[in-house]
Amino acid sequence: MSLTDIRITAEHALGRVEEIPPGEGRTFVVGGEQVAVFRLRDGSLHATQAACPHAGGPLADGQTDVDVLVCPLHLYAYRWSDGSSTSGAAPIRLFPVREVDGEVVVEV
Amino acid sequence: MTAILGGRPGGVTSLQVDDELETRSRLVVVGNGMAGARFVEEVLERGGGEQFRITVFGDEPHGNYNRIMLSPVLAGEEHEDDIVLNSHDWYADNGVVLRAGTRIERIDTAAKLVHADDGTTTPYDHLVLATGSYSFIPPMTGVRADDGELLPGVHGFRTIDETRAMLAATGSCTRAVVMGGGLLGLEAARALQSHGLHVELVHAAPYLMNMQLDAEAGAILERSVEALGIAVHLDVFATEVIGGDRVRAVGLADGRQIEADLLVVAAGVRPNTDIGVRSGLEVERGIVVDDQLRTDDPDVYAIGECAQHRGEVYGLVAPAWEHAKVLADVLTGTDPDAEYHGSRTATKLKVAGVDVAVMGINTPERDEDELLVISEPKRGVHLSVVIRDDKLVGATLLGDTRKVAFLTQAFDRGTPLPEERITLLVHLSDGAEEVGVADMPADSQVCNCNGVSKGDICGAVSGGCGSVGEVMERTRAGKGCGSCTSLVKRIVEWAADGDLAEDPAASWYVPGIPMAKPALMAAIRERDLRSVSAVFAALAPGGKDDAKSKMGLTSLLKMIWGTDHLPEKDGEFINDRVHGNIQRDGTFSVVPQMKGGVTTPAQLRRIADVAEKYEVPMVKVTGGQRIDLLGVRKEDLPAMWDDLGMPSGYAYGKSFRTVKTCVGSDFCRFGLDDSTQLGIDLETRFQGIESPAKIKMAVVGCPRNCAEAYVKDVGVVAVGSGRWEVYIGGAAGASVRQGDLLATVDSPQAVITLAGRFLQYYRENANWLERTYDFVPRIGLEKIKAVLLEDSESIVADLDAGIQRSIDAYVDPWGQDGRRPATPGQFRPSLPLIPLPKVPVR
Ligand SMILES: Cc1cc2nc3c(=O)[nH]c(=O)nc-3n(C[C@H](O)[C@H](O)[C@H](O)COP(=O)(O)OP(=O)(O)OC[C@H]3O[C@@H](n4cnc5c(N)ncnc54)[C@H](O)[C@@H]3O)c2cc1C
Ligand code: SF4
Ligand code: SF4
Ligand code: FES
Repeated sequence: MSLTDIRITAEHALGRVEEIPPGEGRTFVVGGEQVAVFRLRDGSLHATQAACPHAGGPLADGQTDVDVLVCPLHLYAYRWSDGSSTSGAAPIRLFPVREVDGEVVVEV
Repeated sequence: MTAILGGRPGGVTSLQVDDELETRSRLVVVGNGMAGARFVEEVLERGGGEQFRITVFGDEPHGNYNRIMLSPVLAGEEHEDDIVLNSHDWYADNGVVLRAGTRIERIDTAAKLVHADDGTTTPYDHLVLATGSYSFIPPMTGVRADDGELLPGVHGFRTIDETRAMLAATGSCTRAVVMGGGLLGLEAARALQSHGLHVELVHAAPYLMNMQLDAEAGAILERSVEALGIAVHLDVFATEVIGGDRVRAVGLADGRQIEADLLVVAAGVRPNTDIGVRSGLEVERGIVVDDQLRTDDPDVYAIGECAQHRGEVYGLVAPAWEHAKVLADVLTGTDPDAEYHGSRTATKLKVAGVDVAVMGINTPERDEDELLVISEPKRGVHLSVVIRDDKLVGATLLGDTRKVAFLTQAFDRGTPLPEERITLLVHLSDGAEEVGVADMPADSQVCNCNGVSKGDICGAVSGGCGSVGEVMERTRAGKGCGSCTSLVKRIVEWAADGDLAEDPAASWYVPGIPMAKPALMAAIRERDLRSVSAVFAALAPGGKDDAKSKMGLTSLLKMIWGTDHLPEKDGEFINDRVHGNIQRDGTFSVVPQMKGGVTTPAQLRRIADVAEKYEVPMVKVTGGQRIDLLGVRKEDLPAMWDDLGMPSGYAYGKSFRTVKTCVGSDFCRFGLDDSTQLGIDLETRFQGIESPAKIKMAVVGCPRNCAEAYVKDVGVVAVGSGRWEVYIGGAAGASVRQGDLLATVDSPQAVITLAGRFLQYYRENANWLERTYDFVPRIGLEKIKAVLLEDSESIVADLDAGIQRSIDAYVDPWGQDGRRPATPGQFRPSLPLIPLPKVPVR
């Protein structure tokens, strides 16, 4: 591990979960990163980088299900399980995210 | 003779580019043969359809067909329709533009353009040459007529058109000479013989198949071929075609003449390199490429038979497909460092009655090479292997190919050889039966053309492929010469253990719910499912939602329930969620409704004011006679709509969009009727109606067709005396199809009624994203006429009621969501912080 590999992460509260409608994503700027957070219909939260690795598409405008997130620009898809792409793009970066007392808390 | 193999029923082929501005780089492929088309498949498989706008040029008018199978076609064992690999439709379905029947003459590598023989030029970012080879016609007196064409009765054997010509000739010819005793010549000779022709073979080398066999094996092959009744003349050149206006005899160098009315020249092939030569690329025997298949121009690549790699030019399909794979890896970035290091080649002769399989070298080349030969000339059997460092480096199997599977595997994989070398060639137990499927090791190669192992096939079965066809599709096993298909079938059956089915998913309306459209519609009605999530919960396997199915389901629910469906924003594509068309930089484009292309000075002023106020980077008149405000920030959308005070023009939806009109009788001196008014009426009636794909209409005031009505989903043409022609299923995107005349009616009201009926019929019966230009030919014009005009299925009243329900449900979305967001943060920007290219301002 080199020095540049060490990232200091911190938890950030992003506001009430109701701010993110079920099934949709919203973008937040935290810790110098732009993060897209999704609330799936099964209640789970997922967070990823906001820009699509393919050509910078706005991932928060994409469509999602329990398995994948599809970018709206060219429909590249990414797995929630590990961020890898099902369609040959580079992987997306996922961030740990959870709900604490009705608040969305993301670790960036 | 002119039928187009793998052609498209309706006419011209290619894709329909959607309204998004093009962001993909341009990948141009020259040559639509086995290498070119396979390369495109490999690119698409790696998601390259999103990366590249792909254009393929082929000078044959056909789709892509399996050239290897021309021998069985010539023999009458296969029908030409069965050798189609990729039909024109396939290209269209995959968004690939196929310019079949167009030859590329020259590349301008400086300007990055290709020049076609029809005078057009096409720009590229990456260019792939896959021009293959042509039949070499050696110089012979009299072989060509004065105009330079081959003399009637002389044929090469390379393309389907040549094959068809030979097949046609077999009807009238009785004696054939085949020039060339290689694989191709032998296959041609046997095929012609099967049509009852007397065939003689002339070969310039001292023995047959001299490229692959040694003299001894060649001699045995000769006897087997003669035993079939084919006369063989060795070590002699054919030097003359005698006949003048057509073939009557073939003259040999030693003075003999062979009577014949057909001459097939199979004297070898030459790579099609002229394009490379003319364009200044490095060309030796083939177009010279490096390990990444790149020519000396960094953006030009060559694959297949036209390419020369490390001094080798291959005349087989397996290397061409390896090229395709490596290049697809490189260009799509899947594996930018992928390299091709040459192929080990193995061939099999496709001649019934003569079994020949050859791989690698046929004689020892180094002192320490081991050679093992079993020769039984009387039985026509000759088997040999060459072993180097305990690895198999060559094998020749003539007359008995039972060991070919094991040897191929040993050759390809370098698997260890048995101590007793003799067992490589004979079955010591005399158990001559093939190894049972169950006993085959998982890594044994089944399809040599595509390098598919038994394990790959079993993997496909356990991965969910439920039919032989699906397995072949997924693994590509059996998609080459086809000689392994029966083995593939047996393995699939064994692996599936009797659990085989027809491919079901093909008929599903959306991928996530295993139901065809009619069944899905019935289930939705029956169970009263009114939201996308309710449909998933009730009908999807495991109740699981599926992102790729959502948009199609939303559209279906809106059609079925109208205002009574429960909207869910996450069931919509972003375009529908914010009622604008997403652009490459994440901004949106806004197109206000402008019915029939008619506007007013006040509207124009308002549009101008709004464009200035919101700093719209580009204002553009669209092809659909409207004004497009491009580059609008998502958060500005509601305020802009408010300021515009005009309804949405639906330029973003899978829905009815616009009616183009000409000026018609109001002003045009040719106008026969009021096309403008009818256009406005149509647009008013059908505004915002969801449909399986976008719908565009046009009305023109006379057959001069100024608003291009013949190429719209619904096109209406005034023909005088108050009568109107109604055309359906036309298109003029990258794909062009003239609409079919549905009916001629005698009032604008009748046009509106008929258009509504057709629209509803299409909405209820088309597949998701199926445009009318595919739908109409699929259903058939006659059937549509019967249903809509004669009410053959007694559904016209339902259709009328159905469309009326949707019309009644129309509300302008800009008015609604603009005032109060449908969900929290509906218009919050999702734009990344990183700077992105903006839509250019000119
Ligand atoms: C009858 C027959 C039997 C065969 N049997 C076998 C076999 O059993 N096993 C085996 O491995 N191989 C076999 N082959 C060889 C195999 O077909 C070729 O190796 C393979 O087709 C090569 O693929 P390719 O794409 O490089 O060339 P091709 O398939 O020939 O494709 C090249 C295409 O490019 C087009 N083209 C050329 N120039 C231009 C231009 N300037 N602009 C636009 N288009 C252009 C040509 O019209 C052609 O359609 C056989 C060939 C024939 C003819
Ligand atoms: S023709 Fe239409 S879809 Fe094609 S690039 Fe132009 S605007 Fe886009
Ligand atoms: S289509 Fe006929 S009526 Fe309409 S503008 Fe053209 S010429 Fe005039
Ligand atoms: S930018 Fe996301 S798929 Fe192209």
